[in-house]
Order: sequence, then C-alpha cells, then structure tokens
Amino acid sequence: MQQSGTRYTKHVPSTRMTPQTCAVGVSKTHHGWTCNAPRTREQTVLCHVSGGGGARGTPCLLGSTPTPPAPPQLPKELVLKLYKTMTLLNTMDRILYESQRQGRISFYMTNYGEEGTHVGSAAALDDTDLVFGQYREAGVLMYRGYPLDLFMAQCYGNVSDPGKGRQMPVHYGCRDRHFVTISSPLATQIPQAVGAAYAIKRADANRAVICYFGEGAASEGDAHAGFNFAATLECPIVFFCRNNGYAISTPTSEQYRGDGIAARGPGYGLMSIRVDGNDVFAVYNATKEARRRAVAENQPFLIEAMTYRIGHHSTSDDSSAYRSVDEVNYWDKQDHPISRLRHYMLNRGWWDEEEEKGWRKSSRKMVMEAFEQAERKLKPNPQLLFSDVYREMPPHLRRQRAALERHLQHYGEHYPLEHFEK
Amino acid sequence: MAAAAAALRYLAPLGARLPPQGRAAGRLLQQRRGLRLSAPAAIQVTVRDALNQALDEELERDERVFLLGEEVAQYDGAYKISRGLWKKYGDKRVMDTPISEMGFTGIAVGAAMAGLRPVCEFMTFNFSMQAIDQVINSAAKTCYMSAGAIAVPIVFRGPNGASAGVAAQHSQCFAAWYGHCPGLKVVSPWSSEDAKGLLKASIRDDNPVVMLENELLYGVPFEMSEQAQSKDFVVPIGKAKIEREGTHVTLVSHSRPVGHCLEAAAILAKEGVECEVINLRTIRPMDIETVEASVVKTNHLVTVEGGWPQFGVGAEICARIMEGSAFNYLDAPAVRVTGADVPMPYAKILEDNCIPQVKDIIFAVKKTLNI
Repeated sequence: MQQSGTRYTKHVPSTRMTPQTCAVGVSKTHHGWTCNAPRTREQTVLCHVSGGGGARGTPCLLGSTPTPPAPPQLPKELVLKLYKTMTLLNTMDRILYESQRQGRISFYMTNYGEEGTHVGSAAALDDTDLVFGQYREAGVLMYRGYPLDLFMAQCYGNVSDPGKGRQMPVHYGCRDRHFVTISSPLATQIPQAVGAAYAIKRADANRAVICYFGEGAASEGDAHAGFNFAATLECPIVFFCRNNGYAISTPTSEQYRGDGIAARGPGYGLMSIRVDGNDVFAVYNATKEARRRAVAENQPFLIEAMTYRIGHHSTSDDSSAYRSVDEVNYWDKQDHPISRLRHYMLNRGWWDEEEEKGWRKSSRKMVMEAFEQAERKLKPNPQLLFSDVYREMPPHLRRQRAALERHLQHYGEHYPLEHFEK
Repeated sequence: MAAAAAALRYLAPLGARLPPQGRAAGRLLQQRRGLRLSAPAAIQVTVRDALNQALDEELERDERVFLLGEEVAQYDGAYKISRGLWKKYGDKRVMDTPISEMGFTGIAVGAAMAGLRPVCEFMTFNFSMQAIDQVINSAAKTCYMSAGAIAVPIVFRGPNGASAGVAAQHSQCFAAWYGHCPGLKVVSPWSSEDAKGLLKASIRDDNPVVMLENELLYGVPFEMSEQAQSKDFVVPIGKAKIEREGTHVTLVSHSRPVGHCLEAAAILAKEGVECEVINLRTIRPMDIETVEASVVKTNHLVTVEGGWPQFGVGAEICARIMEGSAFNYLDAPAVRVTGADVPMPYAKILEDNCIPQVKDIIFAVKKTLNI
C-alpha cells in the first residue's frame, strides 16, 4: 500500500526535514507551519507518504514555479477558468461579508486564502463526482457553474433559493451539480461520504466521491471511523483535508501533536499525500491522480492541502484576538493562491494588467448585480414551513398548514406578507 | 335448516369418540373449549423468526436493501435476528462493520443519500447514543434541510428498553428520545405480526425509521395468521391496534408492556372490569385518534410504558388527550404507569421493581376507576 520513493520525482531535496516541513524549508510557528523561504523551486516533486514519516516528516507536493513554466501543461482555457473562479469567489466573499456587517444577512463565512484548494481539486474531478463539503468549499460549487444569484439566494433565503430558505447562509446544496447540501456538525459528512462511495462502488459507475474537511474536523471521532471504513470497505473516495492553520482560534499546534493529517492515513490503509494547497497545479495533480486510482482500484486516498485561512473563521469571529496582523499579511501578500496563479499566467503571456483591470471591474459588476437582485426578491411562501419534514406531508402538518392559511386570511394585514411570495 | 345440517356434519356421531379433523377440528375445539378463533393455517412464530422473515423477504424483493451492523453477518446477528442471511445473500447485502456506531451509522446515512436502502442495526439502542448525531442531525433533518432534494430511506433497528440483568447502560428506553424528533418515524412492535409487518413497512418507507424492538420478546412465540405469513404483509406505520376490546378503561401501551396489559386485563375481567387494550405499534406519528375514540367509549385512561416518566410517551398521550375532544369524556385524570425514575439497577429484586409489573397496572386501573 505505501510506496517508498516517488513516481514523478525529478529532485528530492536533501535537506533534513523536521516534522511539518515542506520540501522548500519550513519553520514551525505557533500555528503549525509556514513556508518562509522565497519560492525558488525548480521542479515538480510528487512524493508518497512512506510509513515511517517520523522525524523526516511528510514532504510537500509542489506543482509550479514562477519561472520557468513547469508542468502540468494545462490548456489556457482551463487555467483562465481556474483564475476567474478564484477571483470571482473572492469578490463575492468580500461583498457578502460586508452585507453581513451591514445587517443584510445574518451570517457569512469567507474562503480567503483557500481558493486554490477549491478550484484545483474541482478541476481534477469529473462533473458527476459526488462532493461532500464541510462549509468552506464554495469554490468547488462555483467551479461547477453554480450561478451567483443562487449563492446569494441561499444567503438571503429568498424565493429563488432551491433550499427554500431552510438553512443558515453558506449551507449550499445542489443536486444537479452533485454537491451534497452542507450540514453544520463537523465531520459528520466523512462517514456519509464513505457510505455514498460504497453505494457508487456497488453501482460500478465511473464515479468517485470527494470529501472535504478541515484539520480541526479531522479530530472528530467521525473522521477516525470514516477513514477506517473507507479502507475496510475499499471505497472510491478521495478525502481532502484543508489544513488552514486554525480551527476558529485553535492553532494546529493545539489541535494535534502528530505530523498533521496526511501522516494518519497510512495507519488506516489510505494512500496519503501532502500538497502545497496554495499551488493550484499541485492540488490539481494530486487530486487527478488520487481520483484516477480511487476509481480504478477502489483505493481510498487522503490529500492534506497545506494552506492558510486568511479571513476570520466567520462573521462571528474576530481573529485579531488570537493571531497577529503580520502573520495574516504574510500569507495575503506573499503566498496567496490567486497571486501565485496570476504570476504564472503573466509569465506565460496569458494575462496582462489591462485584462486584470477589466476582469476586476466586470466580475465586481456581476456580483453587485446579483446582490442587488437578491436583496429585492421576495422571501419564500410561508406555507413552505411545513413541507419536506417527511417525503409525504403527514396529516397533522397538513392540518397545521391549513390552520395557518385560515389565520392569515383573517389577520393577514398584521403580517408583512408583502415581503413573502404568495 | 342448512345451518343445522352443516352443524350435524361437524358433530361426531352419537356414542363415537372420533377425533376432529382439519377445519372441523378448529371449530370444534373453539366451541368446546372457548378458545380464541384462529385461522386454521395460523402457526406459532417467535418475534425473532418474524424479523428474520421480514429481512429475508425485503432483501429478496429489492436489491438496494442491505443490512449492516456489528456481528450481523458471520455471527448471524448478536441476537440471531439475521440468522442465515449472510450465507444466503453474501457480503454485499449483509455487512459486518468495525466497532464504531458513529462510523457505520454515518456510512449507512451516506449510502441512503446515494440511493441505497440500508437497514442499520444497533446492538442495542443504548449504543445508538454514540451515533445519535447521525440519526437526528443527518438522517432525520436532511430531507427538510435540503428542501426535499435528498431523501434518507433508512431503517435503524435493534433491541430497546429493559432486558434482564444488564443494568443501567443496557436498559434505557429511547421511545421518547426518538419520538421527539420531526423527520423521524418511530415504531415499536409487540407481537410477531407487529414485528414482521412493521419491519417490512419501515424498509419500504422512504423516510428514516427507528424500529424499537425488545430483546425479551425475541424468543416469545405469537400466533401468525396466514395473511401475516405472506410476503406482502405490511402493518401500516401510524396505526394503532386494539388488542382487546373493553368498556370500562382504556389501557394504552407499546412493546413488551402490551403483554402485561393483556395479563392485567384478564385478571381484572374476573372482577368484572373490562379493559380495552390498545397496542400503539407506532410512536411517531402517533395514532391518537384510536386512543381518543377509545377514551370516548370508556371514559378512563391508563398509559403503560417501560421508559422513564418524565417527558415520556405517556406524558405525550395525556397532553394530546387534553388538547382534543376526548378530554370532555374523561371521568377521572389519566394515569401513567412507567418505569421507575432511576438508572436501571442490576440486582434482580431491584430491577423487577423498576419496570411496570402486572400488579402496577391493576393498581393504576383500580385507582382510576376508584375501586
């Protein structure tokens, strides 16, 4: 199951690595890890985790360099789509975060700094692969073409929301795009994803399941059980851990003492790999290979993407209470997936300042339009309160719905019914 | 005339003591000994075998159905409910899982979301507490939270409530806990017919269903009619059954205590008190209409359950009776007979006194009727 050595190695760094080091040379800060050396990699390194990570730690996959252009040779359209999805998500995040601050929506979670993990992995999957997310994977849904007005509709709980206004913001779900509705309790999606992968394996379709979670959620018992079952049941599943340094205020140094999440995989019988999550191509490569083998061999994979949560945990959090502004700025300015990809595109001549300006303007315009529309729309019909508790509406709920209807007929003028769909 | 002739045919010739045969035998025995009339083809089936039959038939009927849990496959089930099924259907349909309720419940929920129809066995429902987030937050609420996009057609089953000498952490009744939650259906069989019919109905239902069995009932044989033996026999979820008709007091119960109620009713009948015994069969959605109709007739209500009194099934029945029209027909306050409000002790004498006994039911009836 574990293979020592590498498949695509061109150069294995000879420097001694301490736990949680990256191939480039990483120091361990209080939140776990940071790559503080300038990016001067020359080659792509793809390393499998060997069973004896130990003092050497688990090396990191790095996928790209600013100069010269490096593999993978992805077509321009795909790379542009990656970039535009990341930046559109970023723009949408800014606007919706502000709208919560202004009291227009009740809650929001941004994806700042982790956009690379979303689009890199989403691009490597088939459209029909089933996605179980945690709550910080909106980029995956956006990559699959979920329109802005439906993102907004869910956050506003307006009449266009396919979720009928049932859930708090960012709990997206889309059956057509094979994105399972987000559920708040942490890590419960992990064994569920395994169960779904088992069902898919039985159907013998060329489909995989990808299950996202954070390094904090990986501490849950559900995660342990899910990993174990994925291996014993031999399911076509890719586990994708976004190690972003923090679980609300808990840094990784307090979350675990072992070598992160990737090192746990071999203990369960999962093929594991650690990647630089801010390198879109590294994420893409790892996910592509993991998916291929998961489906071909029913071998579950674990990918740990090292990234950084630049924003607060949510609108209910103020991260300045537990981390320094300098630390956040480093990641925002020096190691951001969006700017790294932009540099790559500029170097290849696929992008320039004009296009950047133009895209910023037009993407912002798109978001603002969707936002204004979402605000203006009505809320869902109050009758929808009673549906979907069961597959068929039981008599007692039907009676209550009828009672509400009668009540509104008599006393409707005392309620703000003009804001709700009739 | 025809009836008389028919009757003559069934009577033995004068002076001869011929043994009765076939259908005649049943009728004659009934007439002579006052036995309960049963269909001639009725047989005695234990609850265990009834559940086994139900699983076998549903596994055969729909290939999406599969059973998972601890010990269900090679060991034939911790309580032998799934005896022979792994041999017959193989690894894909009957799966042994590692020891993680949280894990295999989550897997079952995920498989249901992806289109299969799992039957998830808990060795006892006490252990379901380790997985209760998956049952409630995921299985029960998902249809609503996803606005109907995701169905979770899953059955959680296993023994519930008091057993014998297994103490506090193996004896809790979860009827009130699961009955509390919208999005779940909760059933609680007593007889073999209940067990088979409700399990089949639960597996065929597209909603998450919790089926609360009882370990002490597994080995108890009940009569099963010819109809109940058929492969398409289902007991509808949400409908109570009147096990015994009466006029003086309504006894409402579920699971094993139904048997105690019938015993109490038999004893009380000798004193001239006719009890109507209702077997709820389903906890949620509760068939309160049947209870109401009975209370309108008898004017007295006693609820009997094995679970703890606070926030229990009996409390819910009393509240609903008060809220409905049957309240006007009560001649006395309703009385609840429940388990004692303590964690189940181990010592036999203590355990016996912690669960409702026949004498407790009789006492409650007499208190209600003021006799």
